[in-house]
Amino acid sequence: MLAMNFRGPFQIRADRNRPEPEIKHPMDAIVRVTRSLICGSDLHLYHGMVPDTRVGMTFGHEFTGIVEAVGSEVQKLKVGDHVLVPFNIACGSCPHCKQELYGNCHEANPEATAVGGFFGYAHTGGGYDGGQAEYVRVPYADVSPTILLEGMDLENAVLLTDVVPTGYQAAEQAGIQKGDTVVVFGAGPIGLMAARFAWFFGAGRVIVIDELDYRLEFARKFSFAEAYNFREMNDPVVFLKKATDYFGADVCIDAVGCEASGHAWQTISGKSLLMQAGTATAFHWAVNSVKKGGIVSIIGVYGPPWNLAPLGSIMNKGLTIRGNQASVKRLLPKLIDHIMSGRINPKEIITHRFPLEEIPDAYRMFSKKLDNIIKPLLIPSRANASFA
Amino acid sequence: MLMKNALEDRIAAGQDRIIAQRNMARAADIPGWGLDADPDNDPTYPMKHSNGADHERLNYEKAPQQPLDMEILHSIERPGVTRVFGTSTPPIGLSGAIRRFAYKYSEATATHWMTLILADRVDTIQGKLTDLMHGILPNPWVERGWRAEWKHNRAGFIGRTATTALLLTAGILLLKRKKKNKYQLSNR
Ligand SMILES: NC(=O)c1ccc[n+]([C@@H]2O[C@H](COP(=O)([O-])OP(=O)(O)OC[C@H]3O[C@@H](n4cnc5c(N)ncnc54)[C@H](O)[C@@H]3O)[C@@H](O)[C@H]2O)c1
Ligand SMILES: [Zn+2]
Ligand SMILES: [Zn+2]
Repeated sequence: MLAMNFRGPFQIRADRNRPEPEIKHPMDAIVRVTRSLICGSDLHLYHGMVPDTRVGMTFGHEFTGIVEAVGSEVQKLKVGDHVLVPFNIACGSCPHCKQELYGNCHEANPEATAVGGFFGYAHTGGGYDGGQAEYVRVPYADVSPTILLEGMDLENAVLLTDVVPTGYQAAEQAGIQKGDTVVVFGAGPIGLMAARFAWFFGAGRVIVIDELDYRLEFARKFSFAEAYNFREMNDPVVFLKKATDYFGADVCIDAVGCEASGHAWQTISGKSLLMQAGTATAFHWAVNSVKKGGIVSIIGVYGPPWNLAPLGSIMNKGLTIRGNQASVKRLLPKLIDHIMSGRINPKEIITHRFPLEEIPDAYRMFSKKLDNIIKPLLIPSRANASFA
Repeated sequence: MLMKNALEDRIAAGQDRIIAQRNMARAADIPGWGLDADPDNDPTYPMKHSNGADHERLNYEKAPQQPLDMEILHSIERPGVTRVFGTSTPPIGLSGAIRRFAYKYSEATATHWMTLILADRVDTIQGKLTDLMHGILPNPWVERGWRAEWKHNRAGFIGRTATTALLLTAGILLLKRKKKNKYQLSNR
């Protein structure tokens, strides 16, 4: 089959000779991919930032597909079902899944106890091949995969596997109260969604910070946000303090993660010397721009083993720091309703559509933010075989 | 160096609440405004709705064990593999040996993670050798996305390539000079 094949940092192949996946466990399903997305998280893999990313792996954790085969213990899913597959692999019955922490399942990732199981996310994410391929093995098939509703747009469906719930959870875990001033760092797909959903929680102001003008422009339209370029500031923290009556924002959301730019020492120590796991610039700005007693929501991904973080300010300011991988299954019913009722049309953020064969171009363009790209979609040629 | 006319000098102070009030007065224009607002969702106070699952540590319902028919490294912070696991790319060759070493250390150690990064770099070289053995030559034009750069970022791409070429040539010349010096030295 055709699938993405990782050959090392900045180097990937659209490989026609990949073996098709097999059922390995009685609760598995095999899915033929119909749509697949590249995520900002995949860029951390592409750039060689995530430990235990092995040559030969297939990435991809955001996909929809048609069930082609099911294991002997699968009861709900049937061959032919068209499903969206949440990026978390979750057993549904461990203590964490029982508390609806589907991003933190205890039975899905042998390699790293701190990390849940994810499709196509290195061995640090459980060693599963992912959905930037024609076929994927989907474990625990009865737990998370969700059958598409009649009339649901396929591009909105595939965005429900990660971006929409992740952006929503970024706002939800920020504990936004009516009238709050919310600052979102990062105007990528995740930041744009977080900013948009901040209003759903009753925000009074939503401010987005990035360095790419085309994305800031998009944030003004899509997220109804005030949007500012930190390259035009001497110090983003001073800017945000002044913008918030010198008190700080009620809530700051870090939707950038470990590859933030904007701070020379973070960049040298985190990207050039690998003395820390990437750069913690956005987190640093978030802690310093939030009010005393405020909340910082971390949705951007950071890797092990550590990052430079302002612990003193967290303690002295009495901050609450919350972060997690999105618990996609928990949020799906609510978000499907928001989409089907027309309150939000997530697919507006998809700017580029590539055939799966052109995946190396798609990665490069997304990595270098070429051609005003926001979110790239991949379409395998076999996708259209049966549902056109 | 400080910028003149930076954004923080250009915005007015004292506007935060004025802007928020104005936004909230036109909340009807923002689809979904306030729909999911919840005064209880304030994590600065305790809020977890515990259902007791946290303490079912040994006797929770477990899926059958996926057969272990290949080498799976697992964190020493757990007793064995999980009920289900990925079967992509088992450890192989020198990079595999380095990974086995890394997995002797817990996730709390830099040894674990930095060794894995090292293994990843070795794996890249191993991958290139395997490719060559299968007659697959490096194709950076496609696989590194240079084709896309040529299309959408030609100026930047040419600039970067020229700089790299220049640096390479300078490096080679320097090496040659050094060799010559050495030769002269030994001749004396
Ligand atoms: N927790 C989760 O469940 C989850 C799920 C998906 C993605 N993520 C993470 O969310 C992050 C964003 O993902 P994305 O798809 O939007 O990626 P993206 O790369 O498209 O967006 C990141 C944006 O941050 C901007 N940026 C860089 N440095 C900045 C700084 N110092 N301040 C403000 N903005 C800055 C970039 O210009 C870019 O627009 C990634 O780290 C990704 O791994 C987390
Ligand atoms: Zn993602
Ligand atoms: Zn579980």
